[in-house]
Amino acid sequence: MHPAPSVIVFTALSGLGFGLLTWLGLGQPDVLGWAAFGMYFLAYALAVGGLLASAFHLGNPKNAPRAFSQWRTSWLSREAVISVAALLTVAPFAFGRIFLGGAPGWLGLLGAVLCLATVFSTSMIYTQLKTVPRWSQPLTPVLFVAYALAGGALLAGQSTAAGVLLVLLGGTQLAAWHIGDGRFAASGATLETATGLGAIGRVRLLEPPHSGGNYLLREMAFDVGRKHAAKLRVVGLVLAVVLPLLIVLLAPNNLVAIGLAVLLHLTGVFAARWLFFAEAQHVVSLYYGK
Amino acid sequence: MTALPTKTDRKLGLVIDLDTCVGCHACVINCKEWNTSNYGVPLSDSDAYGAAPEGTFLNRVHSYEVTPEAGPAQAVHFPKSCLHCDDAPCVTVCPTGASYKRGEDGIVLVDESACMGCGLCAWACPYGARELDALAGVMKKCTLCVDRIYNQNLPEEDREPACVRTCPAGARHFGDLGDPESDVSRLVAARGGVDLMPEMGTRPVNKYLPPRVKDRMTQEAEPLPSRTDGPSGFLKWLDSALEAL
Repeated sequence: MHPAPSVIVFTALSGLGFGLLTWLGLGQPDVLGWAAFGMYFLAYALAVGGLLASAFHLGNPKNAPRAFSQWRTSWLSREAVISVAALLTVAPFAFGRIFLGGAPGWLGLLGAVLCLATVFSTSMIYTQLKTVPRWSQPLTPVLFVAYALAGGALLAGQSTAAGVLLVLLGGTQLAAWHIGDGRFAASGATLETATGLGAIGRVRLLEPPHSGGNYLLREMAFDVGRKHAAKLRVVGLVLAVVLPLLIVLLAPNNLVAIGLAVLLHLTGVFAARWLFFAEAQHVVSLYYGK
Repeated sequence: MTALPTKTDRKLGLVIDLDTCVGCHACVINCKEWNTSNYGVPLSDSDAYGAAPEGTFLNRVHSYEVTPEAGPAQAVHFPKSCLHCDDAPCVTVCPTGASYKRGEDGIVLVDESACMGCGLCAWACPYGARELDALAGVMKKCTLCVDRIYNQNLPEEDREPACVRTCPAGARHFGDLGDPESDVSRLVAARGGVDLMPEMGTRPVNKYLPPRVKDRMTQEAEPLPSRTDGPSGFLKWLDSALEAL
């Protein structure tokens, strides 16, 4: 799949932002006043910035408000609705924390649940696609939520939680890659089933429908990433999990260490998320002999 | 709502005969011509006269080589467009309500005035039937020529999809696949029509008829006896003279 920068930025930043909002909603860290302002500002900037980035890959953004209408059937629509609900629920909680010296815990808890539900909805946009077998597996939602919670814990300065969650994240990521590698073959889709000609024999593309490119090839038959997949997996895992984990375990719990851990983690998330798209093979690529 | 209808009164669709298709691409061209000037925004081209021309098409013809266990390989021309699936995944993923499947005839359409161009429906389609128009930024797909098949302003023989109307080989058939007595349904039954990628669970309406089994030599043929008695006259003399050399 084409790794569109807007979608990578959207999923990475909004995941991190909603992860931080989850921790803040749970009252971890227990901040008030200016400290709370700084943390909520950062969380909202990441979450809203990510959501806005997603609008940049739209062909016809003037109809974007309609995306709130189909929540009964569409995960993308559910994501839009739940994300706004999450942001609106956390807002009064944040207001109370910043300006009133406190806010009811149940409101924060509700906000935290909605934040995680947003990340889950984002992941389901990809998980629901049978056409991309690598994504269509139960670990995809677990992975997205693990990234959000681990990254959020790092940003929230929750060293112990971050340590545990980074280990879980690393394990989930490795398992998702391992399972993902076998998903295309397991889907049963081949050029023989795609053309219905398997009863006669082996099928090979003789002539593509056109000599030039097209939307399908650009969007869904992207194969540059697969060449460097192994290297990028190591880079992603080391930056997103291993180095931040070492910092959390060994470095003193101060702002510089947290900042460094977050930056390394975010770089790793970008690498892993780029790979999430670039490595994923869409079944339509079969028709083009890819 | 982008919920699929629980059942459709009819299942209008295409039956494509892979035995008959000669790969001339006339269906591609007539589809582009009709659909660029009728329902919805035009099907744009970019760099049409340049080094890397490309454009939006609702129907494309691939060509494949099929090699059996024994015997020669054969070429199969393979037109591909929207299959108007019963369980169309492109419809349910749509966040804006632009994609829908009609209850009355099962045609899957895009309401371009509601489409935001996110492209998720194209991702959900296993067949590559949807293309986002580069110029208009909205999703384009086969409409089964919904603006022809019910069009009272056209002569009756033209009230079928443009690709079917133009096919010079008669490889494309249009009709109600929900009615087991229709011509297309009988054709599918007689020729063993198949679904594309059934493992994707889309239950496509369009069917493909596999190429018929080619004629094969059933036994080794005896060569006919030679019918010449040898040369005569001058050629006979030349023949014996050359033999003697």
